[in-house]
Amino acid sequence: MTATQRAFGSSVLRLEDPRLITGKGRFTDNLSRPGMAHMVVVRSPYAHALVKRVDASAAVGMPGVLAVYTGADMAAAGFGGIPCAWVVPDSDTRTPEHPPIAIDTVRYVGDAVAIVLAESEPQARDAAYAVDVDYETLGVVVNAKAATEDGAPLVHDDVPGNQCFHWTVSGGDVEAAFSEADVVVGETILNQRLIPTAMEPRAALADWDSSMESVTLWVTSQNPHIARFLLSLDTGIPEHKIRVVAPDVGGGFGSKIPHYPEDSMVIFASQKLDRPVKWTETRSENYLATIHGRDHVEEVEMAAKSDGTILGLRAKTWANLGAYLSTASTGVPTILHGLMLSGAYNIPAIHEDVYGVFTNTTPVDAYRGAGRPEATFMVERLVDLVARELSMDPVDIRRKNLIEPFTEGHEVATGLIYDTGNYEPALDQALEMFGYEEARKQQAEARAKGRLVGIGVVTYTEICGLGPSEVAGAVGFGGGLWESAIVRFHPSGKVHLMVGVSPHGQGEATTFAQIVSDQLGVATEDVEVIYGDTDQTPMGWGTYGSRTTPVASGAIMGAIEELKEKGIKIAAHLLEAAEADVEFHDGVFSVKGSREEGLSIQDIVLAANTAWNMPEGVDPGFEASSFFNPSNFVYPFGTHIAQVEVDPETGEIEFQRYVAVDDCGPIINPMIVEGQIHGGIVQGAAQVLWEGAHYDDDGNLLTGSLMDYAIPKAEFLPKFELGKTETPTPVNPLGVKGVGETGTIGSTPTVYNAVMDALAPLGVKQVHMPLTPERLWRAMREAQQGGN
Amino acid sequence: MEISITVNGTAHKRDIEARTMLVDFIREHVGLTGTNVGCDTSQCGACTVHLDGAAVKSCTVLAVQADGASVTTIEGLAVNGELHEMQKTFTEKHGLQCGFCTSGMIMTAVKLVESHPDIEEDDIRHGLEGNLCRCTGYENIVRAVAEAARRFDPHSPWEMEPAEHKITLREAERRARERSRA
Repeated sequence: MTATQRAFGSSVLRLEDPRLITGKGRFTDNLSRPGMAHMVVVRSPYAHALVKRVDASAAVGMPGVLAVYTGADMAAAGFGGIPCAWVVPDSDTRTPEHPPIAIDTVRYVGDAVAIVLAESEPQARDAAYAVDVDYETLGVVVNAKAATEDGAPLVHDDVPGNQCFHWTVSGGDVEAAFSEADVVVGETILNQRLIPTAMEPRAALADWDSSMESVTLWVTSQNPHIARFLLSLDTGIPEHKIRVVAPDVGGGFGSKIPHYPEDSMVIFASQKLDRPVKWTETRSENYLATIHGRDHVEEVEMAAKSDGTILGLRAKTWANLGAYLSTASTGVPTILHGLMLSGAYNIPAIHEDVYGVFTNTTPVDAYRGAGRPEATFMVERLVDLVARELSMDPVDIRRKNLIEPFTEGHEVATGLIYDTGNYEPALDQALEMFGYEEARKQQAEARAKGRLVGIGVVTYTEICGLGPSEVAGAVGFGGGLWESAIVRFHPSGKVHLMVGVSPHGQGEATTFAQIVSDQLGVATEDVEVIYGDTDQTPMGWGTYGSRTTPVASGAIMGAIEELKEKGIKIAAHLLEAAEADVEFHDGVFSVKGSREEGLSIQDIVLAANTAWNMPEGVDPGFEASSFFNPSNFVYPFGTHIAQVEVDPETGEIEFQRYVAVDDCGPIINPMIVEGQIHGGIVQGAAQVLWEGAHYDDDGNLLTGSLMDYAIPKAEFLPKFELGKTETPTPVNPLGVKGVGETGTIGSTPTVYNAVMDALAPLGVKQVHMPLTPERLWRAMREAQQGGN
Repeated sequence: MEISITVNGTAHKRDIEARTMLVDFIREHVGLTGTNVGCDTSQCGACTVHLDGAAVKSCTVLAVQADGASVTTIEGLAVNGELHEMQKTFTEKHGLQCGFCTSGMIMTAVKLVESHPDIEEDDIRHGLEGNLCRCTGYENIVRAVAEAARRFDPHSPWEMEPAEHKITLREAERRARERSRA
């Protein structure tokens, strides 16, 4: 980087990469400890059954086997149930007991019934097959809406109707909006279940130190401090005796937020054996035992005037929570979903009833976007339905209803106050990049020839940068959402920046170094960002909800400001000048007008660390720590446009173009931001086109491996065309908004609307996702035969 | 049973169970953990290594099949500390985020470009069909591979196998079968 180029705003190559491109990544499964034993989990093949007997007699005699333990053994050792960290207020939430290993009842295929410990992983796996379990099967329910109907089997005896909670969001006069409407549209949306599929399966390695009565847990976690806090609740080990380390983590997308039963199991086993114990899940096991996402049944309606003005939105949602409450389960379909139903529009009246429902399926929790993709899909789908009903262009109806530009907050009917927004420039830029008018002309020509070309347009906003801790508490989250940072200069001028967030692919080891570099004039290579270790980093709530940069940067900036002030005091003393006359630019403290005689920050750092000649009342050392609790969430926004063509003979979709203009505020590293958007777009588009978890009526996961669950490949995708606008937020000192989830939130409705636009000439109104060729082929045939 | 596999130029003789997969030999017996395991059905390609000059998924090759063979893993791709161009372009084009699929992705891409130096974007996308990435949306991976192809030099020291000695996966498997019979 040249001296004139600012680190902030530059595509600095990632400091994380050298180890990852040379095979030196420190992923949990790569770690081993002397004397380490291996754990394999025996899992239920039934979705709902009584466990009558666990017979491990054959297994314990097998080569290398050290022990077999059951849920009763863990309970006897004082290990409690897995806690849920989010209880939605005013909703009567029921939190049934979740033993880490099932004690008398299994409630989904994959529920743990025993653990096997052996010298090697293959030995443990062999023995796991030899554990003989007697089951007595019970009735099974897998669909959330069906689970609430009379006579449905009960997943938990103490939860009548399988209803975990009923939560409502309401604003404005919805009844009046619908009675005054010229047009009302609606449909039942199945926002299908997805499987996050981070490329690294989960793993956990516990090393119990009996001399100190403390444990170190290396684990695939997005939030080691939360993991430690929750582990202190269910393992009985006090928090200061637990060290949680998230080393390199191979993607998470929400699936590595929760505190999982296996985290407790390895700690328990390490205590029992007094040896380190490692567990690594297989991919097929990951599909059963790691959380799933989405899975809503939504009955939705929108009311509008004949000129396209939206009057109201009404919805009833059944959110499938799976068999047990995962860490953030209940927050996803409520706070992160229902409150976002105004989208980027003026919608004066909104009402949603959300029913959280238990079923005999894998627990459901946050998956990239977490609640907001479901909300955005609902709103953007309804807006398109209104446009179609009124024969309006999807762009015109959006432009008509977009919230006008605002810089000092805008309150929507759900009660949220958006921070800043200026939606039309992003829309205009996207239309320009796409060549929208020309594309519509070409579409008309193609249609005239019987070709099914479709264009989808979405103008979205989303809530991220979680968030104000007061709000976290008010909405039932069991923790705070602030962040902290320590900036520590060593005598030679090199820097450690310690943060409580825990990036796992998002590149903040680089972007945070850029912030320090930009603000304090040190090279990015001189800044080592330390994260992911509760013993080495200050308290923080982790990496999810597109919060890492917007929230942690506030804490980093607080520490930086403190150091600048301290540097000015020391410099004034050494330069024999008044503090008011000393300025700091590009790493140099100097008396105004005589920069060449100034002192570099490295000079000041050395002076502070030796402390031979400090000003009166200034402490030695050059280090600052800071805490930052944001005053609001942040609300990135943008416009996405997609083009597809459907083969009328086969139903195959050709994904032709994708334009995305996103506004996440000032950009620290354009290369990294673009990478986040690319990945997000693909995960969102994948929900439309390929991905869907399917259970049969007996609760068997039919898409239980990468052979059956279709995550996208390179060849499925077009090149992406990205644009940006920059609207800063006042919520944090750098004005930055989050970007980790915008792509996913924008792309699902964009691609879906494009396909429905392609099929519009045939009269096809709805096809449930994923839009497989077979489903489209059937829908086209039915439409031609007068059905649909 | 006792086998010997040359990994990154060093012969490793080990007594292993017959069911041991090549990836477990590399990770557990040789101790090189740069080759990752992302699935159990041979879909993800995170475990891709070069076996006698061909890119193979090491989770699907028995170690005994590789007895006597030469394996290059991600750790052996750099020569004398100088990174392979593919490693350089992956970082320059931001072709990795979490980095878990990266070893396999790079190993596949190296062979793709060696065998198709004039490769274009569409063929890169198809050529990577056996390697899954969940972070990048592939866009920057494709850019990285295209840039490495542009810089491709058939005489570079990273060419582990002379071009005329390049063999297909089928051929590698055939040789492995012969070796395990012998």
